[in-house]
Parts: sequence; C-alpha cells; structure tokens
Amino acid sequence: MSEQPLFKVTIDNITIEVPAGTTILEAARKIGGEVAPPTMCYYSKLKGSGGKCRTCLVEVSKGSEKDPRPMPKLVASCRTTIMDGMEVKNITSPKVLDARAGVVEFLLLNHPLDCPICDQAGECHLQDLSYEHGKEKTRYEFQKRIFHKVDLGDKIQLHMTRCILCYRCVFTADQLTTNREHGILDRGDHAQIATFIQKNLQSDFIGNVIDVCPVGALTDKTFRFKNRVWFTKPVDAHRDCDKCCGEVQLWMRGDEVYRVTARKDEWGEVKESSKGSTGWICNECRFDKKKVSDWIIEGPSNINRHSVISQGHYVGLKKPNETLSKVMQGRDPKLLMNIHEVSEVNKENIQLSLLERPAHSNDFNQ
Amino acid sequence: MQALTNRAKEVDRRQMTFLESIYLWNIFKGMIVTFKHLFKKRPTIQYPEQQRTFSPVFRGLHVLNRDEEGRERCTACGLCAVACPAEAITMEAAERLPGEENLYREEKYAARYEINMLRCIFCGLCEEACPKDAIYLSETFAPANYNRRGFVYGKQDLLIPNPKTEAPELAKAKGIH
Repeated sequence: MSEQPLFKVTIDNITIEVPAGTTILEAARKIGGEVAPPTMCYYSKLKGSGGKCRTCLVEVSKGSEKDPRPMPKLVASCRTTIMDGMEVKNITSPKVLDARAGVVEFLLLNHPLDCPICDQAGECHLQDLSYEHGKEKTRYEFQKRIFHKVDLGDKIQLHMTRCILCYRCVFTADQLTTNREHGILDRGDHAQIATFIQKNLQSDFIGNVIDVCPVGALTDKTFRFKNRVWFTKPVDAHRDCDKCCGEVQLWMRGDEVYRVTARKDEWGEVKESSKGSTGWICNECRFDKKKVSDWIIEGPSNINRHSVISQGHYVGLKKPNETLSKVMQGRDPKLLMNIHEVSEVNKENIQLSLLERPAHSNDFNQ
Repeated sequence: MQALTNRAKEVDRRQMTFLESIYLWNIFKGMIVTFKHLFKKRPTIQYPEQQRTFSPVFRGLHVLNRDEEGRERCTACGLCAVACPAEAITMEAAERLPGEENLYREEKYAARYEINMLRCIFCGLCEEACPKDAIYLSETFAPANYNRRGFVYGKQDLLIPNPKTEAPELAKAKGIH
C-alpha cells in the first residue's frame, strides 16, 4: 500500500497536516482543546456513527487549494473529509456558534429537564453542550414527548424520554454483540429505541450501550439513584477477565464499589485498553463485580479539574503532621463525637453497593 | 514620624494648676453626657418577652419543604451538598415505590438527609443551589443543646409539617395564629 498523501488543513487559524481521508472532526481533535467541535452522535470507536445530531457543524471558508470557493452551507465535520489547503472555521465563526445554539435548542425540545433525578447528571454530554453552547431559554411551548420507562434486561434502564436518537447504542449493539436485539422503532417524532416486544438483552457486551449513551437514556440499574456521580471517587482498576480487557474505572464511596464503567478518554469515548483494542468491558465486570476484593486498584483516575466530578478531590494534598498527641505526651485527643455513631447515612447494615436494584424505602426502614 | 491624619493631638504634659487638679469642671462635663442619655430612647430589647423581627433575608435553621399536596420536594440531587462550602450536608437517595406517590413528588427522593449544624455556616448556598425549591433557610435559630450529637439534624427534624394532615402545626410553625 502506498503512503497516504498528507493534506494541509487550517482549523481556526491553526494549521495541521493530516493524512487524506481524515474527517474535519478528527483533524480538529488532533489539535485538541476548544477547536474540536462537540459531538453528540459521532463516536470514533463505532463504525458508521455520526451525521445525525448536527452539533459538530463547522464553516468551510475555503474548499481547497484547487477550488478555493467556500462551501455554501455549514457542514457536519464528522462526515466531511478534508481537502488539501482547506480552511475551516469552528469557534471563530459566529455563524457556527449561532447554528450550534440552534441545534442545542432542537436537541432540548423533547429532552426533559430532570437532571436532578437523572443518574447521568455530572457526566452528561448534553448537559455540557447546552451549558457551553446553548441559550438560556427555549421557545418551545408544547408538550414534550413522553415515553414510559422500559427495562432492557434486568440491568439496563431505558428512559426513552431523555433519548436524543444518536444511534450510538444501536451501532454498539450491532458491532459488539452477535445478535442485535434492539434498534429504532417508528419514525420522526415517534422514533424510539426499543427492543422488539420487550425482549431481554442477553449479550455479554450489551452493557456498553450505557457508556456510549451521551445522555441519561440508558443507565445502569445497579447504580440507579445510589449516589450522584460527583460524590463517588473514580479509580482505575483491572482484573483478569476472559471475556474483555478487564480494565475499568470503579466509582467508589469509601470501600464500596458503586459502579463500574469503561475508562473514558478526553472526548468522553471509551479508551483503548493496554492491549491496543478498544476497552469495551463485559457485563460480568460491569454489573456483578461490586466488591473491592474483585479488583486490583491502580490508583485514582485523572479527572479534568473543570469537571464537577473533581469536586472534593484534593490532588497533591499535603497534610500537616499531627502534633496534638506529641504535645500531650503520646495521648490522643479525646474524641467528643463520632459522627458515624450519630449519623444515619452510610450505615453498615445497609450496603447500597451490593443491591442489584435501586434502593427502596423498605431497604432503609429495616 | 509623619502622622497619617491631622487629627492627632499632642499630649499636654504640663503641671496641672490647683483648679485643674480637683477635676471639678471635667466631672461636670462628664455628667452632662450621662444625664443626656436619660432622655434618649432605650436601644435595649427585653429579650424573652420582647423579640426583634427578623430581616426577610435572615438565614436561620433549614427546613425541607413539601408541596401543596404534602409531598416531599427533595429529590436528593445532591446540589446542596456539592454547593455546601462546609460539607455539612449528606444524603442517601431511594427510588419511589408504587403507592408512595402521595409521599414523594419525584420518582427519586432522599431516604436520608442530614445537615450537621456543627459544620453549617448558614451561608444559604444550599437554598440557592436547590432546583426543586426543597430547602429553605427559615427565620429561626438552631436551638442550643447540651451535647454535640443533638446537632446532626435528620429528615424528621428538617421537614415542615404536612399541610394536608398537620395543618395546625404548619400554621403554628409559620407564626400564623
């Protein structure tokens, strides 16, 4: 195979050389930072994804060296390949920013604003997108579309009301599992992710649809309502798994493993594992291994400090030496109150992490 | 040294005369100030009998709100706890079971909700953060207590009386007689 020619492309006045056939989005991600357009449906690890949500629209102000005319409309950067000498404007174009705010408004038309209840809050791409690119108000005055909650198998909860129809989960099920059992039913406003006649999803890798979902439409039932994402501590861990790479992120509170997910990169996509393949994890690792003893913990995950998840994570903290007992001739200070004796929260007889379902009132009123 | 203001007075260290040394004039000057206060309005408030009105923005003891049907508004979203600079708030959430719709407004609710009043600095950020109008800082103080364990307030201590079933208690708590 001959060497692919390198094309020069300028995105937001930053020039980069990328091989021919790269999309504008991938080129922008190579530059990184704010230049990379946000994506809701495109997922680099899934073949055929992208082109649906329109959040990655960019302006092409110069088509190529040979044909320098600008493209007449904004183009979806995840589906447009670069040309030699192409000039792209993303955040430097007011047209793009305006269009993106409009796209966010469209995505939020039917999206319920139930972030206080939603388990995805804090790591939700739509939340970030609307915060960074959206407007404060919506002009929509009608009833939002409402669906009933559906259980996809006993571990995955589908909230169709929150879905933005990015099709990522459909591609995941198609490409990771042997027989796909769910997809999109109906069309247009009625389109919904569904299993045909409430069929259970049995495949070993189906749990990955939770990780690829950019919103809270597909959530982990074993973690449902247990804790907010930002109160749990993410740590990298691994175990020997014969089905998957076994490299995961544990979301812990104290010594309890509340949730297991695949590791994510800076674009919110599943990272590559150390073996080089995409680090999808199997259902056994995700749903059944909820004890610290199941895992070998590598250390705390690196979390972007602008993320709410990093709250209360005091990185590089140096605690001063405790001098009190030294001053008091080796006697420890008298504890005036042990909060664990008084507080009703985090009682030892209620192990939330070991429940395979959300906690109910009868779990607390034992 | 140069003075910062021109109001500084030089200390007069001269020997006092006899008239000055019996302080008669100075005592008289002082008594004028004293007697003037007899005819002024008294600023003291006789506390237990008389009570000062709270300012409308006073930030006192927290209450957990209910809606007009008596359902708890809190959905345990954790925004108050993440906003709390003193890390005084903790909670545990649970899913509403069928049949509990009259108790909780949303499908998720706080099964446990605790505010450690020893840590709380009454800044009111929890009230600002709450998206569900569930937590408010009321116009009362946290009552004094003899031991520390009495300052960890659970849901029973914070919830307002149910407007449906405990209307008289609610009116009393609001100060409407």
